[in-house]
Amino acid sequence: MVVFRSAALHSCVLLALVALFFVLPAYHVGAFSRIMVLAIYAIGYNLLFGYTGLLSLGHAMFFAAGMYGFGLSMNFGGLTVLPAFAVGVTAAGLLSVAVGFLALRTIGVAFMIVTLMFAQTFYLVILYFGEYTRGDEGFIIQQAQRSIAGIDLTTETARYFTAFILFAICFLAMARLVQSPFGKRLVAIRENEERARMLGYDVGRLKLAALVVSGLFSGVAGAAYAMLFGYVGASFAAVHYSIFPLLWVLLGGAGTTVGPLIGVIFMFYLIDVSSSFTNAYMLVAGIALVLLTLFAPQGIAGTLRKRAVSWLP
Amino acid sequence: MAAVSILETKGLTKIYGGLQANTDINFSLRRNAITALIGPNGAGKSTFVGMVSGRTKPTNGSVFFEGQDISRLPAHKRIQLGMAYTFQITSIFPGLTVEDNVALAAGRKLAHDKTAHAQKTAAVLDKIGLGDRADQVASDLSYGHQRVLEIAMGLAQDPKLFILDEPTQGLAEGEVDAFVTLMRTMAKETTILLIEHNMRVVTETADHVAVLDQGRLLASGTVDEIHANAAVQAAYLGTTANA
Ligand SMILES: Nc1ncnc2c1ncn2[C@@H]1O[C@H](COP(=O)(O)OP(=O)(O)O)[C@@H](O)[C@H]1O
Ligand SMILES: [Mg+2]
Repeated sequence: MVVFRSAALHSCVLLALVALFFVLPAYHVGAFSRIMVLAIYAIGYNLLFGYTGLLSLGHAMFFAAGMYGFGLSMNFGGLTVLPAFAVGVTAAGLLSVAVGFLALRTIGVAFMIVTLMFAQTFYLVILYFGEYTRGDEGFIIQQAQRSIAGIDLTTETARYFTAFILFAICFLAMARLVQSPFGKRLVAIRENEERARMLGYDVGRLKLAALVVSGLFSGVAGAAYAMLFGYVGASFAAVHYSIFPLLWVLLGGAGTTVGPLIGVIFMFYLIDVSSSFTNAYMLVAGIALVLLTLFAPQGIAGTLRKRAVSWLP
Repeated sequence: MAAVSILETKGLTKIYGGLQANTDINFSLRRNAITALIGPNGAGKSTFVGMVSGRTKPTNGSVFFEGQDISRLPAHKRIQLGMAYTFQITSIFPGLTVEDNVALAAGRKLAHDKTAHAQKTAAVLDKIGLGDRADQVASDLSYGHQRVLEIAMGLAQDPKLFILDEPTQGLAEGEVDAFVTLMRTMAKETTILLIEHNMRVVTETADHVAVLDQGRLLASGTVDEIHANAAVQAAYLGTTANA
């Protein structure tokens, strides 16, 4: 029953995203292409934060690893889109293994600080190799290069549906993963790590696996961003890009399958709308965030789950 | 043929700063029996089972489980060998349902087989009397039911050795009776090491008793032998019901 409802909900979300393409004006279609890519990032973050209970402040490095892995291998390695995409995701995966081995020795605040430090280091490395990365300024991936099997990814339609397909794969894969025994064990760690260990679970290995999967999804998002929007820049490795996924997931609902998408949409339009009538849009956004944190601490989907739809996956 | 003892410790010692919580404990635990570990508060009982299960790192000494030296194994590996452990301070997954709590305990061995996993979970819930609360969130349970849930999580693992640290603490009389019955049925298939304050539970369940005092193993034997032991008599049994 729950499985059926989840599948129905997830199908509805995906159908709605397809429908939006046909009903939304061009500006919002573009916005939603971006939203779906960033939602992949949020989905990855949610596995570690929402399900496993580990708060990372350094996920921008995984996003950026995907982005730079993609961009640099195209511009300097002469790769085409698909192999470059694989390079980006692999880079994020390897980085998360390395970071995991070191950072997972710590817990709580120390883990936050260590991940933050790794990400800052990564950011500085990008700046240091400015000759190749062009630092803060970043670099463009030529429109002509951004195509798969002759399909030009730079048209609004191709971009939207490439983002959609990637989102759908990540969204469904993650929904499945968190319902699997592996996902339940991660939740067990979040709920009571010592109990999980004393049930015979290898908590260290499970956490590492969660971090690597989370890093891979972030890398997919980073590579997809570079592929679809044609820009690679160090600002995506900066600290605010580590804070964003935390905010998205908190707002949308940590530990829910739809929360990350909701959070990204909410925050995107919060800033979009408020910036259209005031310069102090960050203030408006900030106040909205504070209110939501006060009155719906479990985020939008989390609060729905608590108040009305207890089966929400 | 399986050896008579399932667990042995040699020279097990734990020093906290200047405090000798456990001193040179040589202990042997009989298979398929219930052994009660008693002793006053602070005697070192929790420390001892902590070192056996791998939660606490000993200062010195070794632990053998079914003849294998497990002194260097991390806790989760020892659990995988067939130990189960319930904490003195109730330790469950508070935000999950009762059913999910038990399913996680059963799932380490059975998660690959959905049917067997569901059956095992249901059977344990039924056996322990939590079947009708399966969908309740664990943190909403009464204290007594939370303790029972933790015992259920031990059962669900089908352990060879089940270590329970003061499981009846804070339970109502009726719940204690149910616990005694449960221990007796369990003792047929598994070995139980029970830290227990309630002497009625000890006399009604235990085949063997070990007494710990100030970090030292003072005596061990059958319930009658312990009753007859002058040192123990003088120190605890005669003086307080809260042995
Ligand atoms: N983590 C610890 N750090 C310092 N002292 C401890 C620690 N754990 C237990 N102790 C001390 O070790 C002694 C034995 O404690 P414990 O094993 O909990 O006794 P029991 O379970 O028999 O009541 C006590 O004096 C206690 O204060
Ligand atoms: Mg104790």
